[in-house]
Amino acid sequence: MKDTNEMKLEFDSRSCNEGFARVAVASFLSQLNPTLEEVADVKTALSEAVTNAIIHGYEGRVEKVYIECQIKDREMTVAVIDHGCGIPDVEKAMEPLYTTKEEEERAGMGFAFMEAFMDEVFVESEVGKGTKVIMKKKINRVPHQFEE
Amino acid sequence: MEDCFKVTGRNLTIIMPCELDHHNAEKLKTGADRIIQSRNIRSIVFDFGKTNFMDSSGIGMIMGRYKMIHFMGGKVMAIRVNQRIRRILTLSGVYKVMEIYEGLPQQSKLS
Repeated sequence: MKDTNEMKLEFDSRSCNEGFARVAVASFLSQLNPTLEEVADVKTALSEAVTNAIIHGYEGRVEKVYIECQIKDREMTVAVIDHGCGIPDVEKAMEPLYTTKEEEERAGMGFAFMEAFMDEVFVESEVGKGTKVIMKKKINRVPHQFEE
Repeated sequence: MEDCFKVTGRNLTIIMPCELDHHNAEKLKTGADRIIQSRNIRSIVFDFGKTNFMDSSGIGMIMGRYKMIHFMGGKVMAIRVNQRIRRILTLSGVYKVMEIYEGLPQQSKLS
């Protein structure tokens, strides 16, 4: 399995960890030699998913958010997982401008941004069990070889 | 934190942080709203000069302040907006309700 590489993160669902998660994933991504724009795209999409886990999944409770990253050839797959409340209607939740937290000034743009900045976005969610957001992005520049 | 707010008359300039995410947006909101109310603010300038990251939480923060000010007949604008921030503002539709400048208002205006 020369051309795959994986990492996992587990951290408390505190908003101060959002920046940490972005930097950690961006740094893992850097081995594919992405453009600055590709890095920014992944950071924005990841930030949306982690923010969702913190404010919607756990609704402010401090529990664990999990991130799983895999690089295969030139594609990065990143999954953001929470064991929070789950989403009753995923299709509705993914509509632009739809938000359940208007009073907290949520723009309702989270999933729209994820879809805009990543190649593919999948959402698996079960009410009472949690949510897993899986995002994929191809990095087009010629990558560095993994070191043996 | 107080350093990011500048009041001139009834105008409030908010110096946006390097990374405008959910965490930082929440902190900014509280401070900004206190000033908007106590100083009778009628216009807001969001200064993105040192901002290199923003997500939809930033959009929520801007829209919230826009609604407060717009309700009282005021205006909001964004200055020193780089390409990345501009893309986020455009994608979200916020550009429709505010003037966006690459530099300062007397310089080039972005559509």
